[in-house]
Amino acid sequence: MTFLPKPKLHHPELPRNALGLTRRDYEGAVSTLCAGCGHDSISAAIIRACYELALPPHRIAKLSGIGCSSKTPTYFLGQSHGFNSVHGRMPSVLTGAYLANRDLIYIGVSGDGDSASIGLGQFAHAIRRGVNMVYIVENNGVYGLTKGQFSATSDLGAKSKKGTTNRDQPIDLTGLALELGASFVARSFSGDKSQLVALLKAALLHPGAAFIDCISPCVAFNNHPGSTKSYDYVRAHNEAVNRVEVILPREPIAVEYAPGETVAVTQHDGTVLQLRKLGADYDIRDRAAALAFLAARRNAGEIVTGLLYVDPQAEDLHTHLQTVETPLNELEEDMLCPGATVLEALNQSLR
Amino acid sequence: MPKPLVRVNEFVVKFANINGSGSASANRLFARAILRMGVAATPRNIFPSNIQGLPTWYEVRVSESGHLGARGGVDLMVAMNPQTWDKDVASIEAGGYLFYDSTRLIPAQKFRDDITVIGMPLTAICNQEYSDTRERLLFKNIMYVGALSALLDIDVAELEKLISEQFKSKEQLIAANIHALHLGREYALKHWSCPIGLRVRRANTVGNRIFIDGNSAAALGAVYAGATVAAWYPITPSTSLAEAFERYCKRFRVDKESGKNRFAIIQAEDELAAIGMVIGAGWNGARAFTATSGPGISLMQEFLGLAYFAEIPAVIFDVQRGGPSTGMPTRTQQADVLSCAYASHGDTKHVLLFPEDPAECFAFAADAFDLAERLQTPVFVMLDLDIGMNERLTEPFRWPENRRYDRGKVLHFEDLDAGKEFARYLDVDGDGIPWRTYPGTHPKYGAFFTRGTTKDAFARYTEEGAPYVENMERLLRKFETAKTLVPKPVLHRASQESRFGALYYGSTSPAMEEAAELLAAQGITLDRMRIRAFPFDDSVKSFIDEHEFVFVIEQNRDAQMRSLLLIECEADPRKLIRVLHYDGTPITARYIAETIAEKITFSRVVPLRKALP
Repeated sequence: MTFLPKPKLHHPELPRNALGLTRRDYEGAVSTLCAGCGHDSISAAIIRACYELALPPHRIAKLSGIGCSSKTPTYFLGQSHGFNSVHGRMPSVLTGAYLANRDLIYIGVSGDGDSASIGLGQFAHAIRRGVNMVYIVENNGVYGLTKGQFSATSDLGAKSKKGTTNRDQPIDLTGLALELGASFVARSFSGDKSQLVALLKAALLHPGAAFIDCISPCVAFNNHPGSTKSYDYVRAHNEAVNRVEVILPREPIAVEYAPGETVAVTQHDGTVLQLRKLGADYDIRDRAAALAFLAARRNAGEIVTGLLYVDPQAEDLHTHLQTVETPLNELEEDMLCPGATVLEALNQSLR
Repeated sequence: MPKPLVRVNEFVVKFANINGSGSASANRLFARAILRMGVAATPRNIFPSNIQGLPTWYEVRVSESGHLGARGGVDLMVAMNPQTWDKDVASIEAGGYLFYDSTRLIPAQKFRDDITVIGMPLTAICNQEYSDTRERLLFKNIMYVGALSALLDIDVAELEKLISEQFKSKEQLIAANIHALHLGREYALKHWSCPIGLRVRRANTVGNRIFIDGNSAAALGAVYAGATVAAWYPITPSTSLAEAFERYCKRFRVDKESGKNRFAIIQAEDELAAIGMVIGAGWNGARAFTATSGPGISLMQEFLGLAYFAEIPAVIFDVQRGGPSTGMPTRTQQADVLSCAYASHGDTKHVLLFPEDPAECFAFAADAFDLAERLQTPVFVMLDLDIGMNERLTEPFRWPENRRYDRGKVLHFEDLDAGKEFARYLDVDGDGIPWRTYPGTHPKYGAFFTRGTTKDAFARYTEEGAPYVENMERLLRKFETAKTLVPKPVLHRASQESRFGALYYGSTSPAMEEAAELLAAQGITLDRMRIRAFPFDDSVKSFIDEHEFVFVIEQNRDAQMRSLLLIECEADPRKLIRVLHYDGTPITARYIAETIAEKITFSRVVPLRKALP
């Protein structure tokens, strides 16, 4: 961490987005995480993705649980409301917030301890309900804030800094998210900023439960030789299946690739996800194939990254619940209270 | 044999049935017919953790004088369950009546000679009349209601009317039920001299009161209060509250044009998620609630603390019941007082409301949402199974046409845009309640980061001790403010000055009222105060101070309210005398009166006025 406060002033020619905001308008407080922490790169990627999409910062709500990863919402989007909730319970708080106001953009930040251990249940149920959110797990395979215990995503055989070996099976959150019906599933690596920013942008525009598992090495407790979540290991075993490019409805499709190399996925809000395929026959609209592919590559010791699955016709929870278009938190007495006359009739029916 | 009981409009009928045999609706029909005759009747359903096969009882207290509490004892037992025969027969008052299915021969020693026995071959009649097994089972129930209408002189026209209302336009069902009703009635008229010593006489004591269960009333209160988000997990005895909310929402909250819902209800994966959703929705400016019971309260503890510290409105309906596991949980208790009052880790205190009946369930439900938003904190509405799941005669619901929701201190776009200063946890007004903003309000002003503790008045992260203490002190000031906003206790002064006081709350209310009459008849007078909320109004402490002894009547083992009074009012423990009832059945007037009389005698305190000989 740095102890120097960031100056508020910035270069007058700093580029501005469609809202007239600079990248600095999307920043938060100075990080207190360790220097070199993968989580800070993810915060930077979130800042860039939101800036590039020109999302109004105040229309974003950022929620988290407890842990190193859950501290990060303080370090991005300072103009957004944030909520540092309870360990492993961000998904329910986010779900409630989303029920109250369907018009905001929700970013849920969690870690592998927060989501794969204590909060596995809430993770699962928020995903299967189709809460319209970006759910990002900053996955370092270790408990950082309590100093180095294994987490549920630590690989079998992974060695801790103290030398003990993990004998428990790891949970692959992307595989789980696919099983649970997430309509957008991706994995990325905090060290691959261009991939991560593109995936975040795609996730932010996805009208359903978008899940990103982001491998994020812990420089303090899980970056040593023998760790499967270290910078070196992930770089050496990263297999990207595609490169994604997000095209908004207002933009012409400018990216051109040779035929056969790309696939364009149009979501029902008009956004287009243009994908440059890296893996040969990988179809991102095939949930079952994605699961099989993930399992096969895991057995080969590879970490698959990229957009693993997307359902362009995704529906969200409000669609399922058939709630009104107006956010529930904007409804007033006239829309909510049946009134005295109705009550008197009700009284009469109870006599 | 003692003389058979002769009572008009003042008796207790208990039905002993087998769960799942369809008796519930027939029994309900019986109770409602008496109500329609203008006589107060209070049913209590005692049911097992079971869908089919285990014993279940339905007790109807008929009381023209208006006593709605459980009395204790049975004057007429309708014994339809061989499993519980011995116990059921034993519970009949001397001189009382036993009505039973005489199809199967029951040995003579299984009866008592101090009661009147009325045996009707219900099964035999049904088997002769109906060939379908299901019909045989269901119409047997209607048939005994028919017989009882003759035996107790209940107006059969009221029963017919209720059947017609129940089945609305299904003519066939109406005719079949009315036929079964008359089969039973005719048999009784032919075989016995009707009515027996117990009878219902048309009266005018019901007035404009309504008949509804507390859970439905609370759910309706939530609809009226504008709750839009409900998250819950199924748990007896609170489930019917969430289900009633859904029912009322479908009736009153569906947009006519679009067919879309002005509500969102989530059956969560557990109580942790349920309260998490409520907190998320409250944080985001919607009125949200959960309905649960003791185990759910246990699971929600961590979140409740967060909501207290982060100052987020939330409404929790706790329909209290007996302890862990299954079985006792279908019985009533008031056993969550402490676990709610101090829910969570760290220094926490919560606002509790204690409704006495469905009318207050409705009113307090509505008030709870105003209080939660005004105080920015969780508010508990403490029902119990007795008022939650039993229908009760209660004052009609009221909603002043000009009533507006109190959404509390919220800075909106216009306020922020006009430059109004915003500091999330600053006590601007001196009442301990800070101002808040909803997410997404203004592009430049009003955003803040919500945390449990570890913050200063401007919601900035700090691990310093001083801002923590300052914040905790402000939360105490806020609790003082809460004291001025919650429902005041209700005081009933005895007809003459008394050294004794009684403090009670919730569903104990009707039994306590009646107990006071029973005690007065013995020359023991009591001043009574019904606690309706925590934090306690200052008058609660004065009430304790001005009496020599104060009985605290509760339905739990550990005298939880008494503990709360000792802690919060710093009362002298010797002054507060426990009167506890916690076997899972509702507390009775007889129990309260006997216990208090015994304690007074035991302590050799001479009553101010001796009972007349």
